[in-house]
Amino acid sequence: MNQEEKIRTLHQLNPTTWVDQYADYLYNYAISRVNDEELAKDLVQETFFAGLNSAKNFKGTASERTWLVAILKRKVIDHYRKSNSKKGKAEIRMSYNNDGEGSWLEEQIADPLSKSENDGIENEELGMAIHECISKLPSKQAKVFTMKTIHGMSTEDICNELSINPSNLWVLVFRARSSLMGCLNENWFAV
Amino acid sequence: MITCEESKTICSKNQYKEASWSERFNMYLHVLMCKTCFKFSRKNTKLTGLCNEASLQALSDTEKSELKNKLGQNS
Repeated sequence: MNQEEKIRTLHQLNPTTWVDQYADYLYNYAISRVNDEELAKDLVQETFFAGLNSAKNFKGTASERTWLVAILKRKVIDHYRKSNSKKGKAEIRMSYNNDGEGSWLEEQIADPLSKSENDGIENEELGMAIHECISKLPSKQAKVFTMKTIHGMSTEDICNELSINPSNLWVLVFRARSSLMGCLNENWFAV
Repeated sequence: MITCEESKTICSKNQYKEASWSERFNMYLHVLMCKTCFKFSRKNTKLTGLCNEASLQALSDTEKSELKNKLGQNS
């Protein structure tokens, strides 16, 4: 039993499942940081290559996904470093409007009515959480849900592609949605 | 009268605005009487909201198989 536990705690790499399991997760992670679809795609690809190349350095202490995300993080940083070195020195500009005494101070105070500051961060976390849950779904449900919800494909197209009938599709969608509701943390559903 | 399973399926269908008029009518009738389905329906709507909020992105199947090819995994 002790040995069994040891095996379970040590994670193993399984590169053949990487694309299906983690591509969307990593893609979302990248896209929220670089804001460019093509670039995000490239970064994900580079991450997988780097992962394959350094697979022997994987110690198994972290999960596969955490490890891949760590590589992707480096890739994103490298990208910004590269693009920064091409630029000249950073410029800091501040505009002072001298139309009234102290008016510039007011400009710098955060608007207390604005709730949108954290929206970006929250949406990113939400996206990652949803993708994590999608990757736990049975593959057919995950496929149908992604096609319908994320790609916004028409019912007819999906049915043709997967050769299923519409009522089949809706049952799959329903199952996927109810598992997602169970998987997503209750916090997300709090109003 | 429709079953809970049917009502939940229609509810999911309705999230994509593809449920027909009669389906919607049957579902609302059921939801009025069934507390479980009422809760499910509310949560389902919330899930749709969350998915929209998160502005989810995903790679398409062709992009994924391209990626697999490049990684040398032909499947």
